[in-house]
Amino acid sequence: MTTLLYLSICAAGITFVAASAARAVRYARSPLHLRWELYPVPHEEPQRVAHGGSYFEGSEWWTAPRHFNLAGELRVMIPEMLFLEALRKSNRALWYRSFPFHFGLYLLAGSAGLLLLAAFAVVLGGGLPGGPFGSVLRWLAATTGIVGLVLSFCGACALLQRRLSEPSLRSYTTVGDIFNLAFFVAVLGLIGVGYAVRPDGSPGALVIATGLLSWDSTLHVPGALAAGLFAGAALTAYIPLTHMSHFVGKYFTYHAVRWDDTPLAADPRMTAKLAEYLTYRPTWSAAHIRTNESGTWADVVSSNPGEAHR
Amino acid sequence: MKDGPGFSDMSRRSSEPLLRLDDTQLSPLLIDGATARRGAAKPLLPQAQANQYPLDDSRVLALPTPQTPEEEEILVRSFLSGLEKLFSRENNWTFLQPLLLTMEHCARCQTCSDACHIFEASGGAEIYRPTYRSEILRRLYFEHVKGGGLLSRWQHGSVDLNWPMVARLAELAYRCNLCRRCAQACPIGVDNGLVAHEIRKLFSQEMGIAPKELHASGSMLQLKAGSSTGMPPAVVKDNVQFIDEEMAEKAGLPVETPWDVEGADILLVHNAGEILAWPENPGAFGIILNQAGVSWTMSSDLAGYDSVNYGLWYDDAQFARVAVRHAEAARKLKVKKIVIGECGHAHKSLLVIADRLLTGDLNIPRESFLTVLRDIVASGRLELDPSRNAFPVTLHDPCNMVRLMGIVEPQREILRAICPQFREMHPHGVDNYCCGGGSGFAIMSGNTFPDWRSQISGRKKLQQILDVFSDCLDPAQPKYVCAPCSNCKGQIRDLLAYHDVWKANRIQYGGLVELVVNAMADVKPGFIEWEWH
Ligand code: SF4
Ligand code: SF4
Repeated sequence: MTTLLYLSICAAGITFVAASAARAVRYARSPLHLRWELYPVPHEEPQRVAHGGSYFEGSEWWTAPRHFNLAGELRVMIPEMLFLEALRKSNRALWYRSFPFHFGLYLLAGSAGLLLLAAFAVVLGGGLPGGPFGSVLRWLAATTGIVGLVLSFCGACALLQRRLSEPSLRSYTTVGDIFNLAFFVAVLGLIGVGYAVRPDGSPGALVIATGLLSWDSTLHVPGALAAGLFAGAALTAYIPLTHMSHFVGKYFTYHAVRWDDTPLAADPRMTAKLAEYLTYRPTWSAAHIRTNESGTWADVVSSNPGEAHR
Repeated sequence: MKDGPGFSDMSRRSSEPLLRLDDTQLSPLLIDGATARRGAAKPLLPQAQANQYPLDDSRVLALPTPQTPEEEEILVRSFLSGLEKLFSRENNWTFLQPLLLTMEHCARCQTCSDACHIFEASGGAEIYRPTYRSEILRRLYFEHVKGGGLLSRWQHGSVDLNWPMVARLAELAYRCNLCRRCAQACPIGVDNGLVAHEIRKLFSQEMGIAPKELHASGSMLQLKAGSSTGMPPAVVKDNVQFIDEEMAEKAGLPVETPWDVEGADILLVHNAGEILAWPENPGAFGIILNQAGVSWTMSSDLAGYDSVNYGLWYDDAQFARVAVRHAEAARKLKVKKIVIGECGHAHKSLLVIADRLLTGDLNIPRESFLTVLRDIVASGRLELDPSRNAFPVTLHDPCNMVRLMGIVEPQREILRAICPQFREMHPHGVDNYCCGGGSGFAIMSGNTFPDWRSQISGRKKLQQILDVFSDCLDPAQPKYVCAPCSNCKGQIRDLLAYHDVWKANRIQYGGLVELVVNAMADVKPGFIEWEWH
């Protein structure tokens, strides 16, 4: 059973990374779209970011050197990723539920990372380093784990409660939405309870992480905790297959759409891509488009459906 | 929130509209903080008869009326074929990436709903919720493009696809101003405005269905005659010459519009509607550019004298065709740059959206008139007397120039220099509200649509205007809403007239260049006339 648990955890990790990457690659490979930005664009000049201005505010903007204000972007991105700043600004009631949920998950992921780090130290060095480093690592992993679990569990419950009780969400809520949140509540609850009620002497988080790294199949993980970990593995693999993978989508909606203000002249690679797209053959059926049967986009653009009537 | 129609109601075989708006539902229109609901009394007329499956009390499309189940089936199949093309690289490379992102990542949290002025003005009518039409398209996408299946229905939900659903969805795509305020509020970056845009494209590009104002007498007329006003080059030149003469007399200065001057610094392209509806606007441009000694010209080439590009709102092919003709007119004259006059969607069309279509020598530098005007005002080349504009002035921010292009400050720099009583609406800048005429609504006038846009889509803007002048609503004090965009200006004109605001409160509207000319010391006083037009 322990081996099966290890296999599930590894498979879940691999699925999570692979499915997220596949999704990202799919978006990255979709064609360069026409510009569709939304201001403010935070990598603009700092004096313009404050009022949401763009380089179009400058006279003869195409002659001005383009600066990329990375600090400006980070100033928006970091609070957005960590604290869901946009949600806080636009929907405070939801933020009170969504922030603990997401931040709790970050803490849990951090805790898992710290545990793996400590487990590496154990496996490679024969034990956790003693002294303050070992104690801090142990304390940090435990604190982030417990706080993360409590926050994300409470957040998931609050989100589920909102989804079930808020009339404006009723027709928009699918069985899948309820299932997704209930899945989180069940998994987080099960792990929490399984960990809290595990018998004295049974392995803790660090021992399980070490067992995983050294593939110690003799380790006995208590039933309730093992069930929580199995379910957690299933959830981890499931997330990137659903719209809950918005952590991937959000990168593109912000960087490739909202903030993509690169003019054609600034990136010669764009011209090559556009040349390719203009050779595509659209199959739209409306009469005004099909002025020359099976033409390319270039043909469509250069044709004039009004000319026939001139 | 009221219990509104669910998604299944869209498929209902009933000639009753899904939504009937009445005064008691609309958000209150407050005047002076006390007098509620002025102007909300005009009922929207029922318009069910010609459309078999109406959405609400208005109608902008002349939809087919299939007589047999087979005819319905053909239309539904045509819709499905368009749906598939919307998600194909060859057919929709122009917007595929943002569309996929929007389809696949909505958390259905409804944070965007509060940002939408149409949803708010209707008192929370469910069919106007930004996510309502998106969720329908999303469910159709997962069911019919991604393969569907039980698991997909369980995860994404489903809707019944039949002709009533298709017919109502087509209309619903024209109950959104494409202002993208909802997209700005979405924490994930999902874009419900884009969804309305893409649905409009599906209907136009696959089924040939679009409002006549945008297509037959819009982009098609522009490609045929040179302008969506129908003015051929000879007529536009005559009209502009007449305007020059009238303005010269009014301003007491010579005004002459140069035509087809090769090698000019600036090719100025107006929304040609200005020439017919508000001649003082192109006239004011002429006065300013001549007095500032600018080298400029207008073009009499096809589409070269009309900056509108209605394809932006409903059809990529029509959009690209018009944009290329704009660029060709400039290339022919070898001008240094194209400058777009007071038209918001023309700004976004040619400066932003067309940028990745205009390759090679068609990618001619393009600039807003706002920066040109700001530089002229700041340079001191015109002698300006702000005391001539000593009346309260507020600024409407056209979404296309501001939220969608980031041109926020130049117009304010000008107003601060020439209007001592300039005041801001709240919110403004990139957080502004649409005037309610965006995405073509301002020029759509069929059936009861003018009522709808004065009652619903323009309601929030009117409230903002009333609020910003709340300290001086007395008609003895004339006030001015500066709307530096032709379509916004048309919508604000209609709003002020519909709700009797000009008569009761003397709130006038107009462009920005008129305010500049009104402040010019060399011009005869009184360029802005306090008469309704
Ligand atoms: S579009 Fe954005 S804000 Fe609106 S429901 Fe979807 S995720 Fe929420
Ligand atoms: S784009 Fe504007 S009008 Fe359309 S749904 Fe969004 S906020 Fe409403």
